[in-house]
Amino acid sequence: MPGFFMSFIATPQSMHFAEALPLISGAAIRDYTLAYETYGQLNADKSNAVLVCHALNASHHVAGVYEGELRSEGWWDNMIGPGKPVDTNRFFVIGVNNLGSCFGSTGPMHQHPDTGEVYGADFPVVTVEDWVNAQARLLDRLGIGQLAAVLGGSLGGMQALSWTLQYPERTRHAVVVASAPNLTAENIAFNEVARRAIVTDPDFHGGHFYRHGVIPQRGLRIARMIGHITYLSDDVMNEKFGRQLREGMDLKYSTQDVEFQIESYLRYQGDKFSEYFDANTYLLITRALDYFDPALRHGGSLAQALAVARAKFLLVSFTTDWRFSPQRSREIVQALLENRRDVSYAEIDAPHGHDAFLLDDARYMGVMRSYFDSISKELA
Amino acid sequence: MSDHATMQAIARLVPEGARVLDLGCGNGALLDHLQRERGCTGYGIEIDDDNVLACVRRGVNVIQLNLDEGLAMFGDNSFDVVLQIDTLQHLRNAEVMLRETARVGRSGIVAFPNFAHWPNRLSVLRGRMPVTRRLPYQWYDTPNIRVGTYKDFEVLAHKNKLRILDAFGLQDGREVRWLPNARAGTAVFRFEHD
Repeated sequence: MPGFFMSFIATPQSMHFAEALPLISGAAIRDYTLAYETYGQLNADKSNAVLVCHALNASHHVAGVYEGELRSEGWWDNMIGPGKPVDTNRFFVIGVNNLGSCFGSTGPMHQHPDTGEVYGADFPVVTVEDWVNAQARLLDRLGIGQLAAVLGGSLGGMQALSWTLQYPERTRHAVVVASAPNLTAENIAFNEVARRAIVTDPDFHGGHFYRHGVIPQRGLRIARMIGHITYLSDDVMNEKFGRQLREGMDLKYSTQDVEFQIESYLRYQGDKFSEYFDANTYLLITRALDYFDPALRHGGSLAQALAVARAKFLLVSFTTDWRFSPQRSREIVQALLENRRDVSYAEIDAPHGHDAFLLDDARYMGVMRSYFDSISKELA
Repeated sequence: MSDHATMQAIARLVPEGARVLDLGCGNGALLDHLQRERGCTGYGIEIDDDNVLACVRRGVNVIQLNLDEGLAMFGDNSFDVVLQIDTLQHLRNAEVMLRETARVGRSGIVAFPNFAHWPNRLSVLRGRMPVTRRLPYQWYDTPNIRVGTYKDFEVLAHKNKLRILDAFGLQDGREVRWLPNARAGTAVFRFEHD
């Protein structure tokens, strides 16, 4: 039976937390809700839990489809599910939407419990470490002490790495894909351009646009266009679009009309994104990316930062990923080697740039499947 | 050189419980054996996708790297033993990697096909490059870009101030200690740096 008939039904759930979560910034957030999904069955000794952390624009809907909704596959549906590399017949998989996001967990579009006003720009700045703490509280509620594995790509990989530092005794394996130990200046620069696009949109209203009944869609569109460029590789863009014109063969000699297919594609991506993504969430999540730097508290030594980790690691990078380049993954590998931790590292020669971590590649899928197979062999 | 007897002959040179780096670890069989039979720990380095996958599948730590880019990732004396088993002959920078092997490991073990094995000599005398079970390639498609002999390696080790702790030939899984340069298809050296 073809795979698409076999996508299972996913059911979003939510958990409310009354008690305050202290944040790294010194602020706190209370009366918050986390949206999450689970797939598979937790085994009797609760040893088969796998936490999947999401990146910038994804959510707790990691795998499966929503009942009656066409094209509602989770963002990592090719990786996770029955018989897939992360096999939900063997693992109990949990996806959590992070605080500050816009897909169900408490975020800037919700009410502040003290004032009853929508948070807007007043939503506290959240970090990777805060997200991990929030995820840990959810696991406490679900009765899960230790994770068989924590898994994430890109910003999700940063959370997986952070799990091994914040909760070393709760993390048996960490799978960190297309990630980095911190952002480079160039990477922060891209984020800043995206943020400026949003903040300078006249409809942004200092982050309190909800009150005005508008959405800074122009800023969001441009933010997405910039982001999207950095997730692809030059080769893939050339292969997909090259210098193709949108209409016919003749130039229009217009500076404002869409001429090239790539322009049309980026505008389409920007439009789509601006209709579902929250502007304050974009600011919050890019800031969390910028701030992540576990080596900072250890004089810049990543090896010292990772000294507390006890997990076994799999790292994967993609040769054409220039936003989270293989060199950044190798830095993590080197720091783990210095700490004599168990680590494997696969550098996949894929053409798709940063996006490769979400796509099907036989070598990538093979390594992931084999690694999770070996984890499942450790289960009772 | 994947047969079991040969693998065991190499494994015997690795102390129990040693921390091992295996350069060009292939499908991870040797590391797997060292971990299970001799309580060793460590990592393999591989460039080939299928071999990386095979290592992950058998639960051997593997790091996908091109050895021609060096071992900058590894600190001085960070391993008890660094292995180069049937790897040296594929390396563009074989001498640099030998020095790197000595730097990263407290000791090194190198094994490679000995081109002075008598059937190879005979073949060259007849005017043809050898094609044998040990060297199954034609001259035009061989991945062995460094063709050296047991004696050649002694000279290279001396040039790089390596102290040879043990050296012998391997033929059909058995150690050859008498005239190894002529009587063995594989040369094996165990050494340390000053």
